[in-house]
Amino acid sequence: MTEDPEATPADSVPPRDGISRRGLLGLLGAGAAGLAVGAGAGAGIAIAAGAAATGASGDRATTSYPFHGEHQAGILTPVQDRLHFAAFDLAAGATRADLVELLQDWSAAAAAMTRGLPIGDGALGALTRPPDDTGEALDLPASGLTITFGFGPTLFDHPEHGDRFGIRDRRPALLAPLPRFAGDALDPARGGGDLCIQACADDPQVAVHAIRDLSRIAFGRAPLRWSQLGFGRTSSTSTAQVTARNLMGFKDGTRNLKSEDPATAAAVWVQAGDDPAAAWLAGGSYLVARRIRMLVESWDRAQLGEQETIFGRDKGEGAPLSGGSEFTEPDFDEVAANGEPVIALDAHIRLASPEHNAGAAILRRGYNFVDGNDELGRLDAGLFFIAFQRSPEQFIRVQRALATDLLNEYIKHVGSGIWAVPPGASVGGYVGETLFE
Amino acid sequence: MPAPRVLAAAAAAAVAAVALAGCVPNNPVGARLSVAVSDDSCVVSEATAAAGNITFSIENTGTDVNEFEIFAEDRLRIVGEKENVTPGQTIDYVVQLQPGTYYTACKFQQIGAPIGVAAFTVTGETVAVAADDQARIDLAVANYVAYVKSQTEQLLPAVEAFAADYAAGYDDAARAAFALARSYYERIEPTAEAFGDLDPKIDYREVDAVAEGLDWTGFHRIEKDLWPPAADGVNSDGQSAWLDWAPSTAAERQAFADGLVADVQELYDLVHDPDFAVGIADISNGAIGLLDEVSAGKITGEEDWWSHTDLADFAANVDGAWVAFGVVKDIAASKGEDGQALVADIEAEFDGLRTLLAGYGDFESGFTPYDEVTDAQRQGLSDAVNALAEPLSQLTHTVLGIAE
Repeated sequence: MTEDPEATPADSVPPRDGISRRGLLGLLGAGAAGLAVGAGAGAGIAIAAGAAATGASGDRATTSYPFHGEHQAGILTPVQDRLHFAAFDLAAGATRADLVELLQDWSAAAAAMTRGLPIGDGALGALTRPPDDTGEALDLPASGLTITFGFGPTLFDHPEHGDRFGIRDRRPALLAPLPRFAGDALDPARGGGDLCIQACADDPQVAVHAIRDLSRIAFGRAPLRWSQLGFGRTSSTSTAQVTARNLMGFKDGTRNLKSEDPATAAAVWVQAGDDPAAAWLAGGSYLVARRIRMLVESWDRAQLGEQETIFGRDKGEGAPLSGGSEFTEPDFDEVAANGEPVIALDAHIRLASPEHNAGAAILRRGYNFVDGNDELGRLDAGLFFIAFQRSPEQFIRVQRALATDLLNEYIKHVGSGIWAVPPGASVGGYVGETLFE
Repeated sequence: MPAPRVLAAAAAAAVAAVALAGCVPNNPVGARLSVAVSDDSCVVSEATAAAGNITFSIENTGTDVNEFEIFAEDRLRIVGEKENVTPGQTIDYVVQLQPGTYYTACKFQQIGAPIGVAAFTVTGETVAVAADDQARIDLAVANYVAYVKSQTEQLLPAVEAFAADYAAGYDDAARAAFALARSYYERIEPTAEAFGDLDPKIDYREVDAVAEGLDWTGFHRIEKDLWPPAADGVNSDGQSAWLDWAPSTAAERQAFADGLVADVQELYDLVHDPDFAVGIADISNGAIGLLDEVSAGKITGEEDWWSHTDLADFAANVDGAWVAFGVVKDIAASKGEDGQALVADIEAEFDGLRTLLAGYGDFESGFTPYDEVTDAQRQGLSDAVNALAEPLSQLTHTVLGIAE
């Protein structure tokens, strides 16, 4: 069924796509199916290939990150500016073969798009059929696009469909729905999902194009459950990046794990031996997503001093209230003249800190969002929080510590999901292959 | 606004028991009235007096300790009180009142609803208030503390009756009493929250308690028994209403009832402790804090998820904000034209919101159940809260602008 994607040097010839006949059924004219796949010809590809090759210039727009590798991209990758995140449920009658084929098709398409190439036979071609690629990224470079896939708990054991893919016994022991946390006001329609895709890019249209085309490939096999757009990264994962601000106006992620830190790998990647039943996950990670609504109208009425007390940082520089500049380590023991801790006991940076959580640290990769307004005329705004960690216990520990966070008065968690992120696909392989071997 | 007329201070003459800091003991020209207090009546000799320092000669002919209170026109804010008037005692109490409408009342045994509430009109021109900020602040703090105590004095018996009905299985009576009993708490919520572990025990919603790993007790635990969820009911966090929950047994009901009464008694004791104090910024911050409570929980219907009595909490929070504003507004208005303009803005927006709320009911006859309030109506309420909260959020800065 599936084209065998041959090893293709990343920066030479355009890759073969390797999308299954089924994946392009409806995308391709019936007569061209199979034959045309992987041909790799067409004006669209020619344009994009030129763009992908210029990534070394350092221009963010033309930056491209390899899709294949030991780990999936989009985790330690310096955080791009834009996000489109999507969750999918497998169709009711889906089989193991359907799932494998979908992952193969998605991997092939992702490999193309992350190089700045259109999928399948391109966005143009015969006038008598709809093009394979939807085309809105036709003139755009790779823009640092990364596409990261994850497997939810329900993929392994579904409340209605059970172990339909024969993988229950390989389910990671820690891959379970998250417990209830303070401030939860979860909308089931904004959480969960058998599969997830995180698409990040420096151009919003490139990120949206990725999710749109991957959704299209999945039609009939895995309908879209929910998706979320994010603008404005709220974290940095590299010391080369400036710390961005969240919608409360504060620098966010100053103390985030950075890819340059040698300790980061051990905090993010599942190690061989972590979970014998899920050895396939080694080199992968766990992704936790939380749609955190900010009550910005109330927040904006809070006094500046209160805002700074809540975070434990000053708003302008982002320096901890214990002094110094942004990257000065906070001194949680410093006591003011009145005997009170300078950084409040319930300040956000104290409760979220590794010092307060037995060293537990998470790699945050969240984005600001504003999805219009709610029925009360308030901005539907907040943080789409994404974190990667070697074990979900890291997130759970930190989130439990935040139960008394002073910030809780101004936020509520309205969406939630957890997924196991398989290791990267090898050239010629597909994401998740180790699970189905 | 008429220019304040300064009253000359006369020679010192000792007047017994000046309770409130704003009271001026020397009042050669002020009115002198008598108050006849018994266990079930409270009669002031005149229903009107001229502005200035007014002396109330209070005589308790009853059988137990009593308390004399003077409320502002809203009948919530206390502008003067004399506590601990013992049987057989006659005592003078002096308070400075500006022109306006007030209500006098007594409180037998210093608990429960005010008795013998009567209108009291103060006429004439505005008199000079205490000249310095510290005196104004002391007066505001004393009045706010009096108000907090007065709310707990009504809360405790209301909760005792409500809890007794619930424990005995008189669910109709308990349901009818739920919103009013809560209102005394919701009016002083920021104060209760300042006591740390009390608010979680008294007023946590199920989702909060579960998330923090606490035993779920208090008003909302009882609420869910009184308004049990449907078989497919869902909690405010999207989880099944029946997850880790079952209707309480008779013994559990008794325990939850006793626990709530004990916790409310503790709150009562804490605010009646002679050491209980609040800061001036706590008061003005409490005003905006109460509106944030409205924005976060009541406006969305998450607070009273099972009973849908959110509008009663909403109105009580607004009452609390109104009182907090009321006790500090003279300080704000003393900060020049900007302060006066801010006070005028806030008053106008309070009027708008309170008028809007009055269209949905009152505490005596009940409010519209929140599940019957349409999205458009909710937006109207939300808009009014936002309109008020913006100027109100400037209040602390103006009030604290003392040293500037």
